[in-house]
Amino acid sequence: MIKNLFVLLLAATAIVAQAGVKIEHWTAPSGARVYFVENHELPILDVQVDFVAGAALDPSGKAGLAGMTRGLLDAGTGDLDEEQIAGRLVDLGAIISGSGDFDRSALNLRTLSSKTEKDGALDLLQLLLNKPTFPDAVLTREKAQAIAALQQADTQPESLAAKRFAAAIYPDHPYGASPTVESVTAINRGDLVVFHQKNYSAGRAVVSIMGDVSRHEAEVIAQRLTENLPAGEAAAAVPQVKLPQRETIRIPHPAAQSHILVGAPAVKRGDPDYFALLVGNYSLGGGGFVSRLMNEVREKRGYAYDVHSYFAPRKLEGPFEIGLQTKRSQTNDALKVVESTVSGFLKTGPTESELKAAKQNLVDGLALRIDSNAKILGYLSTIGFYGLPLDYLDTFPAKVNAVTAAQVRDAFARHVQLEHLVTVIVAGE
Amino acid sequence: MRRTLLCAALLVANVVYANPFEKQLTNGLRVIVKEDHRAPTVVNMVWYRVGSMDETDGTSGVAHALEHLMFKGTRKVADGEFSRHVAASGGRDNAFTNLDYTAYFEQVPKRALPEMMALEADRMSDLNLGPKQFASEIKVVMEERRMRTEDDPQSQVHEALYAAAFAAHPYHRPVIGWMDDLEHMTWQNAHDWYRTWYAPNNAYVVIAGDVNHEEVFRLAEKYYGGIKPHRLPERKPRNEPLQLGVRRVVVKAPARLPYVVMAWKVPKLKEIETDSEPYALEVLAAVLDGHDAARLAKDLVRTGKIAHSAGAGYDSMMRGEALFMLDGQPIEGKSVVDLEAALRGEIKRIQEEGVSAEELARVKTQTIAAQVYKRDSVMAQAMEIGGAESAGVEWKNIDHILEKIRGVTAEQVQAVANKYFNDDTLTVAVLDPQPIDQAAPKQPFVHHH
Repeated sequence: MIKNLFVLLLAATAIVAQAGVKIEHWTAPSGARVYFVENHELPILDVQVDFVAGAALDPSGKAGLAGMTRGLLDAGTGDLDEEQIAGRLVDLGAIISGSGDFDRSALNLRTLSSKTEKDGALDLLQLLLNKPTFPDAVLTREKAQAIAALQQADTQPESLAAKRFAAAIYPDHPYGASPTVESVTAINRGDLVVFHQKNYSAGRAVVSIMGDVSRHEAEVIAQRLTENLPAGEAAAAVPQVKLPQRETIRIPHPAAQSHILVGAPAVKRGDPDYFALLVGNYSLGGGGFVSRLMNEVREKRGYAYDVHSYFAPRKLEGPFEIGLQTKRSQTNDALKVVESTVSGFLKTGPTESELKAAKQNLVDGLALRIDSNAKILGYLSTIGFYGLPLDYLDTFPAKVNAVTAAQVRDAFARHVQLEHLVTVIVAGE
Repeated sequence: MRRTLLCAALLVANVVYANPFEKQLTNGLRVIVKEDHRAPTVVNMVWYRVGSMDETDGTSGVAHALEHLMFKGTRKVADGEFSRHVAASGGRDNAFTNLDYTAYFEQVPKRALPEMMALEADRMSDLNLGPKQFASEIKVVMEERRMRTEDDPQSQVHEALYAAAFAAHPYHRPVIGWMDDLEHMTWQNAHDWYRTWYAPNNAYVVIAGDVNHEEVFRLAEKYYGGIKPHRLPERKPRNEPLQLGVRRVVVKAPARLPYVVMAWKVPKLKEIETDSEPYALEVLAAVLDGHDAARLAKDLVRTGKIAHSAGAGYDSMMRGEALFMLDGQPIEGKSVVDLEAALRGEIKRIQEEGVSAEELARVKTQTIAAQVYKRDSVMAQAMEIGGAESAGVEWKNIDHILEKIRGVTAEQVQAVANKYFNDDTLTVAVLDPQPIDQAAPKQPFVHHH
């Protein structure tokens, strides 16, 4: 392929210099913020449009509205019904998918970059974002589908645990709310129309573009996608997160394994402690087979197939979470091992050799996390949506390497406090 | 519109034509290299031509258990050190076992490739498998089975389906093994498995990423060249006798939504040039469920409002025998009987009316676009090569097979729909959902402590 514009990645030996992903950023005349990486090695274009329109903005009693609005963007637009939209995409060989969490709602397009396919796919993406019709009949069907899925999820230990855990660590906060049969039933077409009008505006949009187009073309694309969006409103403020009290919640279930979650609200996007938490968590439970939790719970005792911990930063304090599944009769033994591993780590932090191993993996592994257009698009949209520095990937190695064991202990002491950790056990004995 | 698409894709195909590259060492090990210089990373895979289908009754799950034990050390590399080396290079490693194969992989920055090849070569012949590591790891495997199967109702249904559809053929047994076999598996079973099947003449290496193939061949010679091949056991065909009537099984498990799977016995791909039916079956599966505008989602979920979900699946590339499956969850107010009738109705409509030119064109467009998109992932490229080879299909034929699929006619699709979808070779498995407050905890297993 043509490989003459710029080198996507520097040689792997340049580990401390920079990741070499050149991110361009501008604000479109529409007001949308745009993030762009130009690369012509593959005839592919990826575009993601994120809106400050996540589930944290669901109105009280209507949990599920943000997800339903995003999910029905391809249910009809202009003169096209959902079958015509699906058919047109398939004929173009393009894929439009959606994603959403508590902070954002997004549509994602992958298309071939040949002119006919690209133009057709972008036209359709623009229509879906700007002129959704939210047909009543489709909404009725999708509500029934959503309710059936909720009822099914409420019989499965993994989803029961996740839902109860969120509610317990975020009491009376939108981050703790999950859709229910009642809240989905309460959603009507007018709610979708209003949610779209209020939240899907250019001022609340971040357009990420990755791949086989020029800067000039990217400018035109970003403007076209966002120039006719609704005027919208400023995003409603999400209330502050309050820390829960230490608590253990047990939910009966006949499963062969208990599902255990332990954690608390912990860290915001852009928090300066993030790198210390990331490095520390690698040694605790983020580093797969080389982490303390994996070693103590699985390798030494055979208590679980999977045990892990992670920080999931959000706009407000996102969760720290430890998860595992174990034979129900050994629930308490496994939990004891987890608790002593965590409290031991909080007391002493990582050893020098653990710290070194964590840095080696995180720094040298950066190349693997940005070795495809799809992966780079993921970073691009996160950097853009949360306003992280444009040189985030370039400075990542230096920031990781600068972390000390004392900083890890200090950051964990402030972000993971035993007196606030909530434990949820489904199907324990 | 479609012509432009085809031209763009053909242009791409021409550029990558000289790639991959292959060399066979004198000990029988084949090394396949796909060069992709977009990023300074590489995936190193070792595939062994041994999976759960090579097991015998009483030791089901041993192929997968051995996969776990391959991380427990050699005479040179201590228990736990394998993954530590991979992590220290910035990489990640894992492995997977299926009916037909067992595969191991590391995704690493390219400079770590020689070390990864050395590690894989070391554990190909020098595993230091002790009874202590076995005793601990088999518990982990049982936890994995609890997670993947015991507590997953749909997974239970699929296990019951394969056990019913195949009485003699080894696909009868689940890849992860029956729980009772895991309870009674011994260190010796795992040791014997390793000694029998792990050899360079029963393996192939797939490497994709920012490498030079000549250099990789040199490294392969250096690390794997000294490993001695050995004679492999005779593999008997163990063909399934002709099925003579519909088979039905029911699984009761805690759930809310019922679920049904229907599986028909159909041919797999054997002769790439002269076969036509497997390609037609691939297109049939794609017409039913290959994309967002395909028939099942449209007719049963969106328009027909019978199903919560509905799907079709067929894999023509298998070492064993092939199944064509339809499955789905009925919506509230509809039963698995209604959904089974609706799924049969979809097949009947194709038997009577065939498929349209537009539908065939869409399947072609999808295969062309997918070929371009998969080039964004070196892992996907390595998986494609490894998966085809595991079924005995040479990587050289992958693009040709896609051409064959694009050449399938409407008449051929209609012909396979008429020929293979009769009740005599059909197996139906159903999930009968149980309320969670009434189901008793499952305690059917013998514990050793």
